[in-house]
Amino acid sequence: MSDTSFLSLEQLTLAYDDNIAVRNLDLGIKRGELVALLGPSGCGKTTTMRSIAGLLTPKSGVIRLDGADITRVPANKRAVGLVFQSYALFPHLSVFENVAFGLRLKKVAKHELEKRVENGLKSVGLSKFAARKPAELSGGQQQRVALARSMVMEPKVLLLDEPLSNLDARLRLEMRTELQRVQKESGITMIFVTHDQVEALALADRIVVMRDGLIEQIGTPEDIYNKPASAFVADFVGFENVFALEAGQLKTPHGLINLSGSAPAGIAGLAWRPNTVKLDQGPYQGTVLGTSFAGRTREYLLDTPLGPIKAEVDAGFPGHELGTSLNFNLPVEDAAPLARFA
Amino acid sequence: MTSRLLSTIILTIVMLFLIGPFLIIVAASLSAGDTLAFPPQGLSFKWVLKVFEIESFRASFVMSMMLAILGTLAALVIGIPVSYALARYKVPFGETVRTIVSAPIIVPGIIVGLALLRYLVIPLGFNIGLALFMAHTALVLPYAVRVVSASMVNLRSDIEEAAVLLGCSRLGAFLRVVLPSIRGGILAAFILGFVTSFNQVPVSLFLSGPGVRTLPIDMLAYLETTYDPSVAALSALLAFMSIGIVFLAERFLGFSRYV
Ligand SMILES: Nc1ncnc2c1ncn2[C@@H]1O[C@H](COP(=O)(O)OP(=O)(O)OP(=O)(O)O)[C@@H](O)[C@H]1O
Ligand SMILES: [Mg+2]
Repeated sequence: MSDTSFLSLEQLTLAYDDNIAVRNLDLGIKRGELVALLGPSGCGKTTTMRSIAGLLTPKSGVIRLDGADITRVPANKRAVGLVFQSYALFPHLSVFENVAFGLRLKKVAKHELEKRVENGLKSVGLSKFAARKPAELSGGQQQRVALARSMVMEPKVLLLDEPLSNLDARLRLEMRTELQRVQKESGITMIFVTHDQVEALALADRIVVMRDGLIEQIGTPEDIYNKPASAFVADFVGFENVFALEAGQLKTPHGLINLSGSAPAGIAGLAWRPNTVKLDQGPYQGTVLGTSFAGRTREYLLDTPLGPIKAEVDAGFPGHELGTSLNFNLPVEDAAPLARFA
Repeated sequence: MTSRLLSTIILTIVMLFLIGPFLIIVAASLSAGDTLAFPPQGLSFKWVLKVFEIESFRASFVMSMMLAILGTLAALVIGIPVSYALARYKVPFGETVRTIVSAPIIVPGIIVGLALLRYLVIPLGFNIGLALFMAHTALVLPYAVRVVSASMVNLRSDIEEAAVLLGCSRLGAFLRVVLPSIRGGILAAFILGFVTSFNQVPVSLFLSGPGVRTLPIDMLAYLETTYDPSVAALSALLAFMSIGIVFLAERFLGFSRYV
């Protein structure tokens, strides 16, 4: 990995007994960066986080933090914080004592401890709840206690495993902003896990897309959103019409079909978002299989020789009835070129 | 309608069998007569008061108390780590251990008592008190494991991991986070173990010698020579003590959740 990495994972292989969950992972993270691990269920996100935290010993590979090899350093000596998806608050302790837990173990002097806990609670807006027990808090509040509990330890890296997944939609948005603010204010390097691409795009400085224990792509939200490297990533970030290329032609279930332009050289596939599909023009023909109104836009599902195609047009356009046949185009210049297809 | 009537009758009979003897004992202990009899002859508290004057009862009460407290504590000291290991790790023969533990009746107490007498006390000259202590520990252990295990079912491993990441050692996490979280279960196990040990006859039967007797054994012995209502009075007092303990436990701990 590059020398500028604050945290680096080098050729990391992680396994449960003989079942390999993550294979030869290479990842470098800069100081102060907010990185999202994005991927479907079971792809190894939690496993990766647990190994960084020291709760899972790698089968092979090296983890380096702030210049030191911490691969064999025990979890309680790593200065890595982890906010669990389930919060994992101590049920028998008050909110204050939950947040103070780590500081007490560090034997921080009483006065300083109180100050740090109070600041921690204040930064997540829970000063008034210091005396409550975790069971007397809402999910979002518990989440924030868990965040404060890790933050007051001033870890070198803070890991968050699906920090927002247990919250309802409104709270989720609120916490998203909150998390971003806390991260920018504290400057703590953070990695968070999510399988929600919107969340990853909105929050992260950089996104790591994982699949089956391997990294599919690493990039900025713009990169991932606009230039997916593979069909898998394209599909994950909302390109619903994804095709492999063969001999400069689209590979479809019904054989090879000519492109309405010429593809750039050396790519494996092309992907179109529904809103880049043009209706009522172009060389292809399709029948409307389904249509749904989505406020400002209208979505169509077309049955075509290329297979099912999803299109999205401005709702202002005149609509098409079910069963009508119409022309459409997949403009090559609007497509995302895919470097890999598999 | 008839099935309703039938179930009421059956319920009444069951309650009668369960509570009847207790009521008879209480009534007998309040007798004014000189022999253990039901229905009681007259009404008086003299036998209840006499219980407190019988020297051997006092000694054996202390013995039983000590055994119940120390035996149960020892059973918890062994039982808590066992429950924890069974809940957390894939222990070899874990299932077997669990089965044995959840069926404490498999080995009748009398056999435990006889075995300890035959193989420890007689050949090795083991102190009777020590043998009794071991017997009671063994007797209570299954209850301890069962009740503590029940309280661990909902204990998630992530709170221990959270403690470790905040700087605890594994042992520290166990002491600071696991133990406090299951303290209700531990108290419930203690109470159940205490009551079981205190009322235990068969295990103690072979292991009582001169000067070393548990209260129930002492009561049996007393009854052999003296057939007066003081034994009934003592039984009633003990029953009230047990009921009181269980009542308080239920009140403050929700005891029945664990048993
Ligand atoms: N304790 C375990 N024992 C054995 N296999 C495990 C264990 N935990 C996870 N795995 C396996 O390792 C792989 C990666 O799991 P992991 O929990 O890292 O996925 P994830 O990306 O966090 O998924 P999710 O989004 O569902 O949380 C999966 O195939 C899973 O079945
Ligand atoms: Mg996970």
